[in-house]
Amino acid sequence: MKIEFTLNNEFKSINVDPAQRLLDLLREDFGLTSVKEGCGEGECGACIVLMDGRAVNSCLIPAGNIIGKSIVTLEGFRKTARYKMIEKCFLDAGSVQCGFCTPGFVMATESLLNENPHPTDEEIKAGLSGNLCRCTGYNMIIDGVKLAAKRGNGLW
Amino acid sequence: MKESISKPIQRVDGPAKISGEARYIGDMHFENRLYAKTLRSTRAKARILSVKKPPLPRNYFIVGKDDVPGVNRMRTVVSDHPIFAEDTVEYIGQPILLVVGPEREKIYDIITKIKVEYEDLPALFTLEDAEKNSEVFTDYHYEKGEPQRAFGEAATIVEDEFRTGYQEHVYLEPQGMTAEFRDDTMFVYGSMQCPFYAEGALTEALGWPAERIRVIQTVTGGAFGGKEEFPSLTACQVAVAALKTGRPVTMIYDRDEDIICSTKRHPSIVRYKAALNRNQDIVALEIDVLLDAGAYNGLSPVVLQRSMFSATGVYNFPHLKVRGRNFMTNNVPSGAYRGFGAPQTIFGTEMMLHNIALKLGIDPLEYKMRHALKRGDPTCTGGKIRDIVKLPEIVKRVTQMSGYHDKRKNGQKYHGIGISLFLHGCGFTGNGEQTIGSKIILKKEGEKVILKVSSTEMGQGAETVLRKIVAYTVDIPFENVIYESVDTGKVPDSGPTVASRTTMIVGGLLQQAGLELKDRWHEADKIEVTRTYRHPDYIDWNNDTFQGDAYPTYSWGANVAEVEIDPVTYEIDVKKISAVYDVGLPIDETALRGQMQGGIVQGIGWATIEVMKTDEGRLIQKNLTDYKVPTSMDVPEVECDFINNPYEFGPFGAKCAGELPFVGSPPAVAAAVSNALGVPIRSIPITPEMLMEMDSDEN
Ligand code: FES
Ligand code: FES
Repeated sequence: MKIEFTLNNEFKSINVDPAQRLLDLLREDFGLTSVKEGCGEGECGACIVLMDGRAVNSCLIPAGNIIGKSIVTLEGFRKTARYKMIEKCFLDAGSVQCGFCTPGFVMATESLLNENPHPTDEEIKAGLSGNLCRCTGYNMIIDGVKLAAKRGNGLW
Repeated sequence: MKESISKPIQRVDGPAKISGEARYIGDMHFENRLYAKTLRSTRAKARILSVKKPPLPRNYFIVGKDDVPGVNRMRTVVSDHPIFAEDTVEYIGQPILLVVGPEREKIYDIITKIKVEYEDLPALFTLEDAEKNSEVFTDYHYEKGEPQRAFGEAATIVEDEFRTGYQEHVYLEPQGMTAEFRDDTMFVYGSMQCPFYAEGALTEALGWPAERIRVIQTVTGGAFGGKEEFPSLTACQVAVAALKTGRPVTMIYDRDEDIICSTKRHPSIVRYKAALNRNQDIVALEIDVLLDAGAYNGLSPVVLQRSMFSATGVYNFPHLKVRGRNFMTNNVPSGAYRGFGAPQTIFGTEMMLHNIALKLGIDPLEYKMRHALKRGDPTCTGGKIRDIVKLPEIVKRVTQMSGYHDKRKNGQKYHGIGISLFLHGCGFTGNGEQTIGSKIILKKEGEKVILKVSSTEMGQGAETVLRKIVAYTVDIPFENVIYESVDTGKVPDSGPTVASRTTMIVGGLLQQAGLELKDRWHEADKIEVTRTYRHPDYIDWNNDTFQGDAYPTYSWGANVAEVEIDPVTYEIDVKKISAVYDVGLPIDETALRGQMQGGIVQGIGWATIEVMKTDEGRLIQKNLTDYKVPTSMDVPEVECDFINNPYEFGPFGAKCAGELPFVGSPPAVAAAVSNALGVPIRSIPITPEMLMEMDSDEN
């Protein structure tokens, strides 16, 4: 089946099985390996991408559902000033350990701050609740997001 | 004077991980590669009568026991796990064979068409059954003083029993491995902690010398012990497949498969019998440790040793009798997991003291401190506590930080506060360090220094910390220290990345070599300095009698947990953890804080929501929907502080750190729950159902 969509701001038209997972489409057909598979069942958030600006788990989305949509992965997002801010703040706050969860957290942070540029602690926790991290215990990721919201005033 | 080494620097692997450019094994490309998937036993114990294979399409292969050119056993402490099952299967999930081919869908299809005919055999599923049937893999004993006499003279004897459950590592990156046979050499790439363990296992499975094997660690997405011995198994499997097919073979588990077949924390029963004198002090203790090793013993004997040598916690009980047994069951094998047997016994011992104190009407902290180890005291195995013990300072700081005493006085039902005291033996247990004899190399090339070790970065910050130790020692900029990629063809064997040993042992060797390099800096443009580990002379250990210093030194800590219990659902809400540690000296405060925060939360998970049970050898929680780990919504406020107590033989005074926080949080949470409801806690995970039942009994 022919599918047309925008990927990291470029128009794409490809022939794929509409039942194929968006996760596999991105990783295998487009080589976008920032998108990770941690569980394949919507529990971990390692596969988060933005679909029309909202965070979605790409392991749960069939390719057939992205027709006409805009998909942004970290490969696209990392060119932006917002990304630079998140990167700096994650580094300063010690938000990264093994890093396998990190791309998902970066995308979840973008989605959270996009909707709510000045979240409270509770709102940050809720905004990240779809992402699992086994290394950090979350507090240092939450600190990274707080820092990004503060320093990035005006970016979101 | 330079700034303190503890002052944080930016972690080196941070930027590539944040931008998504870091390449884990699943992100790597191999020309012409095939994929592999495992056919697993569906029976807990059975004889394999036949395996009926469908006709295979071109380029598809079945790889099994007959393809292993060397020994069909995975090499580890006890090399009893077959690489591929032979005549019998001993647990559900045991690998029987691989189906290998270019397309994953077709592989799945072939797997479903393979028919294995079994004849079921009687199996054992619980520790109790295994104990009744005396299915013992390992049985260890040690004693201190004259326990028999002390029990004879006791004023009171108290008995108690504690249980702990399974825990799944849930490293976010599942297990993954690729093997490629070229230039007469087997190259194995993968997510792992211990490339030289894998290399050793491959020499036996292939029957080749180590020179023909290269094991290369790829960026590793978390491990926690789960990538200590287990990757040796998958490494051997993909290598055999690559040899048979002549093409690179990749095997990456999906989460469900990973949970079903990978090792887990040992479920335990720990029994205590305490002899109290007239002052109510414990003068003698009998401890009986039972671990469920699962179907194969593997690494479990050393887990059992640490469990037994940690069993007296931070306390000095004059007379001791300790027994430990690993039992064989037809459950998935248990293995290494952060803490390595210590969390089970530290939990038991902390709660045993807590329960006795409550019964006697004494404050648990006061009662615990009456038994606390002091400098010069004998260890449980008759070694010696040689270094300054800062436990009193630790306790003072943590009680102040948390307001422990006031909050305890003003307690209300459903609100609880509890304290744990704990230690962790640094480095390998017993003479492990001596046997391994870690080697490291520092190589000066112009202005740069190349650091060659087999210590792997798995998220804990090893690369940053070890580079920092070298930069500070040689006194060169951090950027001038190059970390050689961990490839068994390029680096010496500085031991596995386990047992919280990397900073203290490997970092210590690097510091020694760095000092020499600094002295000789102007001698030449190229200088190579090597070091091999030797135990400090004072350490004396007998591995047959378990007498002497089981560890060169210890790290210490105390946690205060505050919890709220929902009066209707009985769910536990951990509000705050206050934590104080003595890890010698922090090499990098941010990296260290990361270890503490993460370890505390993993420990809370084990103590509360991480329920994993088996039903006749079948895991009930077999995916992340059923097996819950903490999310951002579950984490408490964590306040964490360090008391410096530099260790003479550690780099810049550093001791061990990575496992310590895991050991500490579970008993603190259990003590707080006990305080909130006024009930004793004797098993973890502490579930709402358990609390509801105890509370209604109480009422
Ligand atoms: S891989 Fe999609 S949520 Fe875990
Ligand atoms: S940093 Fe390892 S899972 Fe989050």
